[in-house]
Amino acid sequence: MRAGLALWCAAMAGYALLYIPLAIVVLFSFNDSELNAQWMGFTTRWYATLLRDADMLAAARNSLVIASISSTLSTLLGTMAGIAMHKYRFRVLPVLVLAPVAMPEILLGVSLLLFFRQMLDLTLGFWSILVSHITFSLGAVAIIVHSRLIGMDKNVFEAARDLGANPWKTFRHVTLPLILPAVVAGFLIAFTLSIDDFVITFFNAGVGVKTLPLQIYSMIKVAVTPEVNAVSTLLMTVTLTMIVAASRISPEVLHGRLHAHKSTGRKRA
Amino acid sequence: MTEPHPLRENQRRLPRVERIAKWVTAAPPYAFLIVFLVLPSIIMVVASFRFPGEFGGLAPLRKVAGVAGDAGLTLESYRFFFSDVIFAEILVKSLLVSLATTLICLALAYPLALWIARRPLRQRDVMVILVILPFSSNFLIRIYAWIIILGPFDLLYTPFAVIAGMVYVHLPFMILPLYTNLEKHDPLLLDAARDLGAHPWQRFWKVTFPMSLPGIFSGSALVFIPVLGIFAIPELLGGTGDILIGNLIKEQFLESRDWPFGAALSLILTLVFLAVATLSARFVRRGGER
Repeated sequence: MRAGLALWCAAMAGYALLYIPLAIVVLFSFNDSELNAQWMGFTTRWYATLLRDADMLAAARNSLVIASISSTLSTLLGTMAGIAMHKYRFRVLPVLVLAPVAMPEILLGVSLLLFFRQMLDLTLGFWSILVSHITFSLGAVAIIVHSRLIGMDKNVFEAARDLGANPWKTFRHVTLPLILPAVVAGFLIAFTLSIDDFVITFFNAGVGVKTLPLQIYSMIKVAVTPEVNAVSTLLMTVTLTMIVAASRISPEVLHGRLHAHKSTGRKRA
Repeated sequence: MTEPHPLRENQRRLPRVERIAKWVTAAPPYAFLIVFLVLPSIIMVVASFRFPGEFGGLAPLRKVAGVAGDAGLTLESYRFFFSDVIFAEILVKSLLVSLATTLICLALAYPLALWIARRPLRQRDVMVILVILPFSSNFLIRIYAWIIILGPFDLLYTPFAVIAGMVYVHLPFMILPLYTNLEKHDPLLLDAARDLGAHPWQRFWKVTFPMSLPGIFSGSALVFIPVLGIFAIPELLGGTGDILIGNLIKEQFLESRDWPFGAALSLILTLVFLAVATLSARFVRRGGER
């Protein structure tokens, strides 16, 4: 039984490694001290500081507006892509849908920057951020919807057709009700991806528009202040809530990423 | 694998109404991705063979407002890459950092994934969610946590800090594919090994480990690839010398504004990424045939 004990210890150490750093961030957001060095007593003043920080509030507003619009559009496009990947034989579509999820983020960031500046001669800002966010979150929605469809009984679609339903009716009365949880979960995931994105936004934000992660980045570069801990704690609470909600609504969220590799890879005999 | 969708069975000729439905469904996402993913990628390739503009960016195609244009193509950016050994060194260093991160993630993730896979069925989902939760926090916050932790120990701005940050950010990418593989192992095989007199250690190396190779390869690809392009971690946790290919690309696009060279570097990174992805896919498949 010694092997079992060793395994248990290693696993607990793994969990500790995952949680302790973030716990420290949260803990120090309530610390009554300018420095993240030692515990000086409980305070909520850093949260008050946050609410008076005009730059931070503007960044939060930008993040919420961009996340709302981009996740709505990417849910629409991603759901279409997920259904298309499931129902028809497309060679290229799955590759295009998965590429932004699979490639190093910096590549998507700089290629979009080149495209917006060189091709469209667009001043970077709200629109370029919005489009870039749709590009990477569309794939996540498509994967979740697609893996939900894979898990469905194929006969229901067949039955709908045999009973004379046209494609629209099949979608309206069969497909949509079945995939609705995955669509809602996909929307929540797209929303968190947009709120959280740093790398791609960093290249496509220009000078005018700052999102929350860009604001956090510029603060971290200058100095370590408990205000960063406070905003981090709030942001973590939001994303955590959304992810838990999404996985509750649709279990595909947890397994979708892993199914994606299998379902688009060549079929194994 | 799942059986094909009924429509796929004889897809030689779809009825007309189905053909319309097919394109109504697929055209919007297709069009969006062609414009905002394929086109930018093509521009990136072309840009790497162009001259930089006088004030950064790319040279305009035609003479505009007295500024000389240049529509010609050149290998200058690639010649520049090979002109100084420092660029190749940075690329190799990035590959080594990715490799080290992957191996450390593997060592940390394996016991955790194995332990979760051997829990009773009801507990497993909760344990997996416990792995995903910290990972749902913002990437910058997870780096920031290490700024706080390493600061008092004088380890900040060192190569160690870079690797620690890389491992922490990407650890869940390794845990999840490993777990999905290990969960499928038949416990009867381990019982058989025990009956045949294998020690726990032998049981692991002869039974569990070989069967988990596909999980190891897909997890490794999921860690190795994103680490390749990261610039924020070396920037926030590393010292002045800890520059990786991601930092070099960012510098070309935002600071020195030599876009053709930045595009060439991005293309080199893309080739490395495709090579790694292809290799890992092949290994995963081969491992699956065991």
